[in-house]
Amino acid sequence: MSDKNLVLASDGTSLKRSLARSLKRQKIRALLLIAPLLLFVLLTFIAPIADMLFRSVENSIVADTLPQTVKELASWDSDSGQLPSEAVYAALARDLKIAVKAKNHTKLGSRLNYQKTGTSSLFRQTGRKIKKLDFENTPSFKDAFEKMNKKWSDPAVWQTIQQFSNKYTDGYFLAAADLTRTSSGIEEVPEDQRIYYTLLLRTLSMSVTITFMCILLGYPVAFLLATLPLRSSNVLMILVLLPFWTSLLVRTSAWKVLLQNQGVINDFLVWIGIVADGNRLELINNVTGTVIAMTHILLPFMILPLFSVMKTIPPTYMRAAKSMGANDFTAFRRVYFPQSIPGIGAGSILVFILSIGYYITPEIVGGTKGVFISNRIAYHISSSLNWGLGAALGAILLVVVLALYWLYDKFVGIDNVKLG
Amino acid sequence: MSLPIYASPVQKIWYYTFRVICALVFFFLVFPIMVIIPLSFNAQDFFTFTPEMLALKAEGFSLKHYQDFFTNDAWQHALRNSLKIAPMATVLSVSFGTLAAVGLSQSHVPFRRAIMAIMISPMIVPLIISASGMYFFYSRIGLQGTYLGVVLAHAVLGVPFVIITVTATLVGFDKSLTRAAANMGAGPIRTFFKIQMPLILPGVISGGLFAFITSFDEVVVVLFVGSAGQKTLPWQMFIGLREQISPTILAVATILIAMSILLLTTLELLRRRSERIRGLSPG
Repeated sequence: MSDKNLVLASDGTSLKRSLARSLKRQKIRALLLIAPLLLFVLLTFIAPIADMLFRSVENSIVADTLPQTVKELASWDSDSGQLPSEAVYAALARDLKIAVKAKNHTKLGSRLNYQKTGTSSLFRQTGRKIKKLDFENTPSFKDAFEKMNKKWSDPAVWQTIQQFSNKYTDGYFLAAADLTRTSSGIEEVPEDQRIYYTLLLRTLSMSVTITFMCILLGYPVAFLLATLPLRSSNVLMILVLLPFWTSLLVRTSAWKVLLQNQGVINDFLVWIGIVADGNRLELINNVTGTVIAMTHILLPFMILPLFSVMKTIPPTYMRAAKSMGANDFTAFRRVYFPQSIPGIGAGSILVFILSIGYYITPEIVGGTKGVFISNRIAYHISSSLNWGLGAALGAILLVVVLALYWLYDKFVGIDNVKLG
Repeated sequence: MSLPIYASPVQKIWYYTFRVICALVFFFLVFPIMVIIPLSFNAQDFFTFTPEMLALKAEGFSLKHYQDFFTNDAWQHALRNSLKIAPMATVLSVSFGTLAAVGLSQSHVPFRRAIMAIMISPMIVPLIISASGMYFFYSRIGLQGTYLGVVLAHAVLGVPFVIITVTATLVGFDKSLTRAAANMGAGPIRTFFKIQMPLILPGVISGGLFAFITSFDEVVVVLFVGSAGQKTLPWQMFIGLREQISPTILAVATILIAMSILLLTTLELLRRRSERIRGLSPG
């Protein structure tokens, strides 16, 4: 192109350059509009999640409380069956003296107690006695410690300390997977102590059951809504949206009231005579209660995506199939159903994601048998204070949910989420 | 889907069976919510219908649970807290969210997908994980157990809803309108408030309602991030359900149901208005 033909903008620059500049300015303006929210979400949401992930591997308490001991203990061979050298005991005495003054030794004890029971009382007792220890006139710290508590001559205690002297640990994740580290490597814990494996399995199986129940109940309703004329389907849609919009606590309390032993359902069943008064159904504080209440709560999340997919299936297809000799059932099975599968997929992933992380409803209607992994996480964070284990369980749950979310985004697209 | 005249008996039977099945599912959806309402007028402290109530006698009903809600200090304190937290959180998420949604709807946004994923994430991550993360992180920076901490946490939970509803309205937005405004000499800010804002307002309001209800109904995060001073209505209900279940909960629940019916109506009206406006605008 020669200079003569160059198109110029009003300020004399070439139009191409001018356009590029304007596009760049537009881009910057868009980013400036987005920036405040992005920063806000990063600070108030992403940072906390990162913090939780960090806590699931962080383990500086041993290295911080017993710095000299950790240094001395590094050269000790834990598999030898021998006790550590005198220097280690001397270092421990010095470290503990400082720790007792700062009152850190009990925290350390309870942390190590998650790994080896009895360590908590060992540290508490030793802490009391070490105040009286005369550092100048102790010939052997090894004997002194043995006198304070004979567990100090158990190599297993030292193994535990050595194992956790690193700043980072995979111990919480091992515990969350029902594994334990012994001198001969990583092993599964005894069968009667495998609670997390059972819990994860139960969480998954209950979520699958709930998702399946939602498909079973949601499919006919979505089909009806999609095929009815607009006026009547709009009215019926309100019946789906009302529970969707009602407070979660309200719906949960409703189920608590309905399912109780002396509740409305049992009273009704006794009144019509199906169930004897002394033999009322156990509907609450077990798996049944959780599944019923959660199916009710998540059902709209199945119906809405199913409905929006079914709405796009032209009714003429079914008629065409029938005109070619298919009966109602075949026409549905071969023509309608395959086209509604994307809706089932979208609804199922949505319901599954929501149900796997549920906390409130299982906590209230689930008793001890009908709870999810979330309830265990909450327990570790607010009651047992084993934050690391809670964080590790949370990290595992997060990975599962993110994987499902990725699937959802790939097949449905997060932009296609519709609300109400 | 109406029944043709030539339908066979089997088709007729199936047609009515199908309707009965659907009616049962609708019953399952709505009955648990509706049963709360009459029960909240129970004169006894029971959670089931008393013989007096079934016989529709006046002495079976009373307003005492409502009276308890309006006079009990714990409930009133919780209500006040909820009303202090939810509007603030809504204002935050709506103002940040609308700006960002306008930014995201421009044609050339780098990393659009990644930014969108980050902003939607509070809706995807299970609440218990968000709650524990916030508990750890907010304790580090001194926000745990403060009003500000709870407001910030609730605001970020409401953000995805605002983003989704506002971007949805912006999809139908005719860009030549802003160009026309600029052509006639309006600056970007004036264009935004005079042209864009009135058109996307239905989306902003419904996003705001979603954000409000998210905060107003939220219990997991506030349990972890808040302290006794920030006890909200859902928190008080949660305690009530877990520990000493009191019939006042039913009265509160009925009030909340009335609120959600009101909300549902507002949203439906907004949706219709938005469709009407969009129908008028060209393109």
